[in-house]
Amino acid sequence: MRAAASDLPLMFVEASIVAREVTILDRVTLTVTSGAPTILIGPNGSGKTTLLRAAVGLTPLSNGRITWGGRNTEMPSKSAIMFQRPTMLRRTAAANVRYALAAANVPRGQREEQAAELLALVGLGELGSRPARRLSGGEQQRLALARALARDPAVLFLDEPTASLDPYSTKAIEDIVLAVSARGVKVVMSTHDIGQAKRLAGDVVLLHRGRLIESTRAPEFFVTPHTEEARKFIAGELLV
Amino acid sequence: MINRRTVMVAAALAAAILTTPVCAQDKSIVVSSTTSTQDSGLFGYILPLFKEKTGIDVKVIAQGTGQALDTGRRGDSDVVFVHAKSAEEKFLAEGEGVKRYPVMYNDFVLIGPKSDPAGIKGMKDIAKALQTIKDKQADFISRGDRSGTHIAELALWNKDAGIDIEKEKGPWYKSIGQGMGAALNIAGASNGYVLSDRGTWLSFKNKGDLQILVEGDKRLFNQYGVTLVNPAKHPNVKKELGQAFIDWLISPEGQKAIASYKINGEQLFYPNASDPSA
Amino acid sequence: MTGDMTALQLVLTGDPGLFAIVRLSLLISLSAVLLAALVGVPVGALLALTRFRGREVPIVILNALMGLPPVVVGLAIFLLLSRSGPLGSWGILFTPQAMVIAQTVLVAPIIAALTRQTIEDLWIEYRDELAAMDVGPGRRIVTLIWDARFSLVTALLAGFGRAAAEVGAIIIVGGNIEGFTRTMTTAIALETSKGDLPLAVGLGLILIFIVILINAMAWAMRHAGERYAG
Repeated sequence: MRAAASDLPLMFVEASIVAREVTILDRVTLTVTSGAPTILIGPNGSGKTTLLRAAVGLTPLSNGRITWGGRNTEMPSKSAIMFQRPTMLRRTAAANVRYALAAANVPRGQREEQAAELLALVGLGELGSRPARRLSGGEQQRLALARALARDPAVLFLDEPTASLDPYSTKAIEDIVLAVSARGVKVVMSTHDIGQAKRLAGDVVLLHRGRLIESTRAPEFFVTPHTEEARKFIAGELLV
Repeated sequence: MINRRTVMVAAALAAAILTTPVCAQDKSIVVSSTTSTQDSGLFGYILPLFKEKTGIDVKVIAQGTGQALDTGRRGDSDVVFVHAKSAEEKFLAEGEGVKRYPVMYNDFVLIGPKSDPAGIKGMKDIAKALQTIKDKQADFISRGDRSGTHIAELALWNKDAGIDIEKEKGPWYKSIGQGMGAALNIAGASNGYVLSDRGTWLSFKNKGDLQILVEGDKRLFNQYGVTLVNPAKHPNVKKELGQAFIDWLISPEGQKAIASYKINGEQLFYPNASDPSA
Repeated sequence: MTGDMTALQLVLTGDPGLFAIVRLSLLISLSAVLLAALVGVPVGALLALTRFRGREVPIVILNALMGLPPVVVGLAIFLLLSRSGPLGSWGILFTPQAMVIAQTVLVAPIIAALTRQTIEDLWIEYRDELAAMDVGPGRRIVTLIWDARFSLVTALLAGFGRAAAEVGAIIIVGGNIEGFTRTMTTAIALETSKGDLPLAVGLGLILIFIVILINAMAWAMRHAGERYAG
């Protein structure tokens, strides 16, 4: 797990997505470089989820382009995404991780061992043989994280991973994210929780109604935001 | 539980089933015949004897005479064994059969409810009985299926009773398009009259209130014939095996077997292969 | 009631004629279901996963074919397999093979339609995750079929139930030949018309028992699916 130099920076250049006459992303120009986590924040409907999906090629752009390390590629094999409400495959937890490893072309002989390691990493070491759909919400989220990490990603995208979790599970996920980031994986994560942004961010990116409002390093963003919307958002006054 | 191995086993099973019976078909023939020869139990009795002697399996498709002859016309059977001489001769005239051999005869009986609404019990004249049924508009069940029995029934109405039944029938005349068993069932359920061959009647297990009301008239005589389907027209016909069956039926051994078939001590079919006019 | 007593006797004493009929019925319907699955599952899965213009048309047709009247199927196969028909040279009319073919034609649309529905529903659920894991089309189909296996087996059981219960198709293409193509349903039809009720009732009891057994197995399938995979 490392950030291969050739995959970053990830650049959005005038990226727009329009669906049924509704503008979801509005000419977003953004550069994501290696280093500490980049946190996307903004009210609901601001386009955070769509931006992440566009980055991994799940939602096509209507205009503009996305480049990785200067190339124009669809979805580099070294990125992974974890959804807000992940879907568990109808098998055991360990089988879910083994499946992700297989999809990432890990040789059959190594899958069992790596799956065990990943499960241990996310704190599910004892639950490998339980049917994944019978895990708790927090456990499923951690399993989804293990699946994403199975791809040995250079960049890890997370869409509001703790939005529906209790504080204990939230902390567990945050700890794993920081640990993974410390090992060199670039984390791009969206959240609507300002506290979480403060805890995790290296860079903060504020979206509002599909537009990029501000992109600033964390301590500066929260103390001296550059834009009026940012100031309002931090004060809790920007709801929609 | 369900894994690759189960799927393999299941596929192998299907393959086995599909291939096995084909091999077993080598020494067998298909005979299209009437329901009376089957339902009376005659075939159940004589075919095992034939198989024991020759090792040939006889597969019987039991249909009405008309359908049985049609099956022969399509080449789907090797031998036809039916009881309607006029239809059989037409079959031969069309070049569909090789030669017709008379085998045996039985007779028809007029069956009706014990209550006998038309009052025909004990009559010796079948034409008069039918005329009475029509006059009284009593329920009459007709096979209506181009079977030998149906053809005989129509001949009794039209030729012997002088009634053009197609024109003169009314709601009392019920044409059901099914076999003898079904006709007897319906007659029993609706207290109606029905013409049946004696063999099927004797082995019918649901007689209820029905009984024989008219019998013995010479015009109720019912002749059976057997014919090999023409291999010149249908190359797939198993002509040696089919001819072996015919030869056995008309041989003294086969004729004796037919005569010895009895239900409750009563003989059903009378062999007459030696009668050239049959 | 004496008819029923004799029927029970036939069943309990293991009357060989009766059980030969039962065995043939099961063999034919099982074979038909397996063949129908070989055709129906891939067709259903492909239809669920591919997108093309006018896709609704085959889906509607498939759903309609589930209601094919058995006698009509029987008639069609009969015309095909008769010696005077296009496939007459195969010589399989009035054999168990013809009966398997007829029932396969009857059951395949059911399995295909149910497979399509099951796979499509699962695909909607799995779509994002499989895309996120960069799963190619080949692996995708295998994964969906495997993860849906309990529901698919339920579909197979539904197909088997339909095959085991029908009489119209197999009586036409099989000819109801004693000891060769006579099954439970065709024997019931024959024996009833001959007025021989004990045998018909005995067969009927066994047939009902089989139907109940199939439904119990389907229930157990669903249960196992939930227990095993959550």
